[in-house]
Amino acid sequence: MYNYTEFDDAFLRERVAQFRDQVDRRIDGALTEDEFKPLRLMNGLYLQLHAYMLRVAIPYGSLDAAKMRQLAYIAERWDKGYGHFTTRQNIQYNWPKLKDVPDMLAALADVEMHAIQTSGNTIRNVTSDHFAGAAADEIEDPRPWAELIRQWSTDHPEFQFLPRKFKIAITGAPNDRAVTKAHDIGLRMVRDDAGAPGFEVIVGGGLGRTPMIGKVIREHLPPEDLLPYLESIVSVYNLLGRRDNKYKARIKITVHENGLDTYRDLVEAEFVKRRAAFDGIDQQLFAEINSRFRRPDFIDAPVDAYQAAYDADPVFRSWADTNLSAHAQPGYAIVTVSIKAHGATPGDASAEQMRVLADLAEAFGHDELRISHEQNVVLPHVHKSHLPQVFARLKAAGLGAANVGLVSDIIACPGMDYCALATARSIPIAQQIATRFDELKLEHEIGELKIKISGCINACGHHHVGHIGILGLDRAGVENYQITLGGDGTETAEIGTRTGPGFPADEIVPAIERLVDAYLEHRADAGETFLETYRRLGMAPFKSALYDRVAEQDAA
Amino acid sequence: MSRKFTPKVVTANHLLEGDAVWLTADDQWTPHMHKAELIEDEAHAQLRLLHAEQQPDIVVGAYLADARAGDNGPEPTHFREAFRTRGPSNYAHGKQAEAGNV
Repeated sequence: MYNYTEFDDAFLRERVAQFRDQVDRRIDGALTEDEFKPLRLMNGLYLQLHAYMLRVAIPYGSLDAAKMRQLAYIAERWDKGYGHFTTRQNIQYNWPKLKDVPDMLAALADVEMHAIQTSGNTIRNVTSDHFAGAAADEIEDPRPWAELIRQWSTDHPEFQFLPRKFKIAITGAPNDRAVTKAHDIGLRMVRDDAGAPGFEVIVGGGLGRTPMIGKVIREHLPPEDLLPYLESIVSVYNLLGRRDNKYKARIKITVHENGLDTYRDLVEAEFVKRRAAFDGIDQQLFAEINSRFRRPDFIDAPVDAYQAAYDADPVFRSWADTNLSAHAQPGYAIVTVSIKAHGATPGDASAEQMRVLADLAEAFGHDELRISHEQNVVLPHVHKSHLPQVFARLKAAGLGAANVGLVSDIIACPGMDYCALATARSIPIAQQIATRFDELKLEHEIGELKIKISGCINACGHHHVGHIGILGLDRAGVENYQITLGGDGTETAEIGTRTGPGFPADEIVPAIERLVDAYLEHRADAGETFLETYRRLGMAPFKSALYDRVAEQDAA
Repeated sequence: MSRKFTPKVVTANHLLEGDAVWLTADDQWTPHMHKAELIEDEAHAQLRLLHAEQQPDIVVGAYLADARAGDNGPEPTHFREAFRTRGPSNYAHGKQAEAGNV
């Protein structure tokens, strides 16, 4: 865990004081809403359908028990006792009052947290692999690099008024858990032929209105060139990106319209200049940051207690099979805590649940927690001998769902239950799908299946990269849900394909059930996942399952 | 060709609370849509919207929303506006939580 320096702390306090003054002036009437809006957005404060919403950055999804407890405190003190974990590893509070927000930001600053650049046309909170620093498949922990990017991009004077928002994701592992190919810039650590680690730099990916898979602009960037190279990419975009049309302003359009080769040439020319201007200060800073990421003091202990519980308790076994991942350290596991209890709101955790997670991190998890872009919470370092205790505590807190990666582990954006941009609701659809498949007791039989739901074309719910994607739209004044199939957010990223006409709200859950039935009928064997079956057979059997019966009914 | 004018209400969010509010005929802001002024005339609607926009110390983002006459006053015609009169569907928060006290 990175600990702030005095400089970091003073910077945050100054920002809170500035914003407190801006809020006072807005309430006094000295600032108009037009003047105030960009200021509040720079501090993560939105105005939504029913209330303000404060989006708090959780840089690269990492936090410790003290931070999690403070998030719980803020939820109870100034909100309605819960928080919503988002697909960008942030947390959102849905009910703050304007006058309270400076106090909330001050409370965040007490634990080295903030809401800076969680909105606006700036470089947003950098996201990362939620298993970073723990995963067995990792080349290097990407978080020191992510922290370097955070410090570089925060208040970077050149990049405060970009053509549009700008999102960077970074992973240190070949298996991409950070959706790097759907970001403005994606960074994947790879080794070159000599075995030296570097970054594969991917540019111009993004979801939203015009979904695109990012393109590789550099196959192997030496890590010490990271900042000058990033700065070159963003500075070329800053000048070349379109400011005439909001819908064509993201870097994916800039790269697409100019062509990757032209864009690369411009970046490389800029890089020569920028590289020369970096005199090594970034590497000194990186060395300091790196020294602040201490590797946990792993214990060496027998794992008999784990094995005994695994053999004796089928409920624990089911959870262990579903929610644990391989850790780099022998005897350890990565625990993904599902924030997707069947029928609950995806990503919502109560203050009490946050405290349980904080307690578990402290007692059994080397004081580390992660938020995943899939809206779950991760205890990255748990010794296997502690897993039965951890599971018992989670279960008692309503956090024991054994469904990670399954059909009920749904990503859903807040949708029209909260968001002013939404065209339809997402949350109730997610709740109904999860409840339905829980009734059917089929989800372990179905296996890995990622459903992702967005309540508008902006695709915060990542529907384009869901194995099954659902997009909520307003069709002639009625909520209507379009389905896409075959999306993939990993290293084999793909944008899903639309099946055809959408379904009204009361028909979307049965439609999803027909898709899953078709998969179970057509899969080669129990080991073939939904995505694999779709890739082998294509759209036809799924389309037939979706529409044939409807067509028959219409004809009758 | 101009389209036929459909009845409107003036609505916005409250600056301090963030809550959805509607403009009444006697120039108050109410958290209850059914107490709003239902505006049947296009020119009058524009005047009422201007009136709302001149109160930036009370409300944010005033706009005209479609509405129809109901038994107790104006009612929403679109689901988005209906949600604004209640709150979210996943918790009994927002206006629906206070409904019992009205």
